[in-house]
Amino acid sequence: MELYDIIFYLIALTVVVSAAIVVGSKNIVRAAYSLLFTFLGVAGIYILLGADFIGVTQLMVYVGGILILLLFGIMLTNKVYSVDIRRENSYIIPSIVIVGIFAAFLIFVMTETNWVTADPTFPNTTVFELGKTLLVHYSIIFEILAIVLLIALIGAATLARNDNKER
Amino acid sequence: MPGSNLITLSLIILFLPLIGFITVLLFGKRFSKLYNFEIGILSANLLLTLYVAYEKLFVFANQKIAMDATWFSFGNIPGIGQLNIDLGIELTNITVMMLFVVNLISFLVHVYSTEYMKGDSRFSRYYSYLGIFTFSMLGIVLTDNFLMLYIFWELVGLSSYLLIGFWYEKDSAANAGKKAFLVNRVGDMGMWLGILILFTNYHTFKFDTIFAQIGLGHIPFGSEAWLTAAGILLFMGAVGKSAQFPLHVWLPDAMEGPTPVSALIHAATMVAAGVYMLTKIFVILSADALTVIALVGAFTSFLAASIAITQNDIKKVLAYSTVSQLGYMVMAVGVGAYTFAFFHLVTHAFFKALLFLGSGSVIHAMHHEQDMRQMGGLRKKMPITYYTFLTATLAISGIPLFSGFLSKDGLLAGTYAFGLLTGHWTVAIFGFVVAFMTAFYMFRLVIMTFHGEPRNKEKYDHAHETPKAMTIPLITLAVLSIWIWYTPNPFNPEAGWFYNKMEVKTTVVPQDMRFNFMKTEAPEHETAETEKLNSESRETVEGEKVVETERVMHSEMYEHAMHEAHLPTMIWSILLAGLGILFAYVIYQWKKISADELAKKWPWLYKFSLNKWYVDEFYDKTFIGGTLEFSRWLSIFDNKVVDGIVNGAATLTRGVSAVSGWFDTYVVDGLVNFTAFFSGVLGFGLKKIQNGKVQSYVLVVVLSLILLFVMFLPFF
Amino acid sequence: MAHVGLTHFLILSAILFSLGIYAIVVRKNAIMVMMGIELVLNSANINFIAFAHFGNYGISGQIVSLVVIILAAAEAAVALAIVLNLFKTYSHINVDEVNKLKE
Repeated sequence: MELYDIIFYLIALTVVVSAAIVVGSKNIVRAAYSLLFTFLGVAGIYILLGADFIGVTQLMVYVGGILILLLFGIMLTNKVYSVDIRRENSYIIPSIVIVGIFAAFLIFVMTETNWVTADPTFPNTTVFELGKTLLVHYSIIFEILAIVLLIALIGAATLARNDNKER
Repeated sequence: MPGSNLITLSLIILFLPLIGFITVLLFGKRFSKLYNFEIGILSANLLLTLYVAYEKLFVFANQKIAMDATWFSFGNIPGIGQLNIDLGIELTNITVMMLFVVNLISFLVHVYSTEYMKGDSRFSRYYSYLGIFTFSMLGIVLTDNFLMLYIFWELVGLSSYLLIGFWYEKDSAANAGKKAFLVNRVGDMGMWLGILILFTNYHTFKFDTIFAQIGLGHIPFGSEAWLTAAGILLFMGAVGKSAQFPLHVWLPDAMEGPTPVSALIHAATMVAAGVYMLTKIFVILSADALTVIALVGAFTSFLAASIAITQNDIKKVLAYSTVSQLGYMVMAVGVGAYTFAFFHLVTHAFFKALLFLGSGSVIHAMHHEQDMRQMGGLRKKMPITYYTFLTATLAISGIPLFSGFLSKDGLLAGTYAFGLLTGHWTVAIFGFVVAFMTAFYMFRLVIMTFHGEPRNKEKYDHAHETPKAMTIPLITLAVLSIWIWYTPNPFNPEAGWFYNKMEVKTTVVPQDMRFNFMKTEAPEHETAETEKLNSESRETVEGEKVVETERVMHSEMYEHAMHEAHLPTMIWSILLAGLGILFAYVIYQWKKISADELAKKWPWLYKFSLNKWYVDEFYDKTFIGGTLEFSRWLSIFDNKVVDGIVNGAATLTRGVSAVSGWFDTYVVDGLVNFTAFFSGVLGFGLKKIQNGKVQSYVLVVVLSLILLFVMFLPFF
Repeated sequence: MAHVGLTHFLILSAILFSLGIYAIVVRKNAIMVMMGIELVLNSANINFIAFAHFGNYGISGQIVSLVVIILAAAEAAVALAIVLNLFKTYSHINVDEVNKLKE
């Protein structure tokens, strides 16, 4: 058992446990905070896999952006008088069963397939490589992404605006 | 072939009236003057007939011209050979003379009717009916085979029905038409059976072939009784058509039709068709059949004459007179003097038509009064009618210098000779007695109508002579009733061209079935002669026109007897006619003996005569009553049994349909309903899947992914 | 256990994915559904990065991962805007009660 493995198992445990809490918690704020730890754990996984830039981006975007957004959403749409989330969902049992079977299948597939693997590499110049590949081979995607972001921005702003006066 | 022209002309003569019938029938309503077209056709017919008759009688005098065509062929029937149905026409001297009679009288009636039927609402229809009648009658005259004869026989019956019931608004007229047709039908049935007997045996309808076959000794079914039976059955047709007892009942009722119709049909032509047919088939009538014919004819003439004495309707007297004279003709055929029968047919046609048309003139002048007791003294008012009528009456009474005398005299001589030859005098006695009665009732009619004082002053004042369209036919016919056209010698008919032109055929009946006086000697000689003649007759080839030599042979015995009978007959007939006229004058003109007194003295005799011997009543009770009873029983049967079966079937159907309906409602519909219910349940259940919640949809997606995994599992 | 290899990372991502699906299906609050969506996206990202590390694909896996993160961000923004609108209309954000489109 190497250090690498021990770290992996620790981080994996964190991720899974906090994800479970996100999914199972009655308290939505607790779920949000647990989501934070999930993101952190996932960032750790990224770094373990040698994708340092992605890991940092994950922290910045997910934790610093999306999680904040979610928190905003929670705060803005929460009913003040009651925090209890009714759990009379009739889909719990069937969904546990189905998702459980699904998970089992996925894991079965993952383990049984002969993945074509090469030796794991830890590139030194991740950022450089990323930039080069992005702007040389995937420039279209880069541009489109920019447009998508723009559209999302405008769209979100339009959707969320207060248009009582304009009726 | 020179004869072929005549055949063509004869065919034209035959079919022109048919064209007239169709044209006037279809277009008569639109063109009111179209009846002139019909009259034009008849005049053309008359001219053509004169030509044809002249040619035949004087150019082809001793030849028979005939033409055949196969109508349809049954092909080769095993056991019989070739079976064809032929149609054809033949021209003999008798045929062309008859053609002339029919066409002339038809033409005169057409002209007469323009005045008599003027103003009638169905004027054009009347002329079209006259056209079809003329066509049918000419068909009977021209035919050379039994089938065509029968077809036209029926057609004539139909035309008679149409014309008798012409004023069908009157119940009596409609009934009279029905009666004529039905009574005729009875006679026609007998005739058809006779024809069928001949056809079964000889496989052909042609006269000549059949006659030749019988002459060779092939009698029907090999038995003499059948030959006699065939002859009598054929005679039944004549009994019906020529109104002999017991089928005479329709003729007096037929007087319901217009008077010109009575003149044409019931005096001159249609009723003569029976006698005409008898003359054509005379050669195959055996002695027994001839005896029956003679007796029927004699009895009929007596019966009719006895009724005519007491009748008060002018047309009824003439109707019974016609029946009586037809009885004369039939009687003459029966005693073997069929040439005189035909002679009388021709002369009778003319003077009887004249009598009817004259009476029509009287009826027209008296504004449709027909009862003689209302008439009288019309002599002064209607001279032309009177004198022509008188001419006809003298003719029918058998007074010398008139045509009737010649024919009647010959006829009675025939019965006398028959008596001499066979010792049976019954027929002759009947004949002479009837001559007396004929003269009596005819002059009774003349006196009551024309002489003396008018009994109905009002009608008398309105009477006037009828217009030219009606008097000219009267004059024409009166002229034809004089002796001069038939023979130069007023006392001897045999001296004239008319008698000599009529061909006389030997009978072909087997020797032992003939009267003695008809038997011929030397069978070998006769066989050779007959064979030669028969081989000539068998030369008839289909489709070609054949000119044949006609046989003119008389039995010597017969000739001798006729000569002997001539003088006594003449004396007796003139005597009896004179007596009849005397009696008529005594009773009606000079009123020495009162007719009413006589009637009171023998009331039952008078009643019997007045009521036509109650023959109609007898038929009513027996045949008609029986038929009605039977049909009533049949209708009960039909209503109860047949309808019961039908109703039962209907009830059964209803029951079955009720069961079927139950089945349909509960089983079939149940099945259908269940299917719908099942679909509903299924749908209801499946509906839950669509709940608008995206989350459940996601779950379904995951589920289907699992299913896909399962599907691809074997590939691991 | 063997040395941590590709399979371990894949199993981790599978577990995360299932948990994410569960959250989407079961949770009633729209924000909770969005959290589930983020979990799913993250699990996919782990997959990509793992293959980029253990396969012969160069750096492309990380590019894809980057793109996913960006799109997740954009989508989260828009989704939140929608949720806010929902809240305005319904004054709650229980997704199983938002069914006005269904008849």
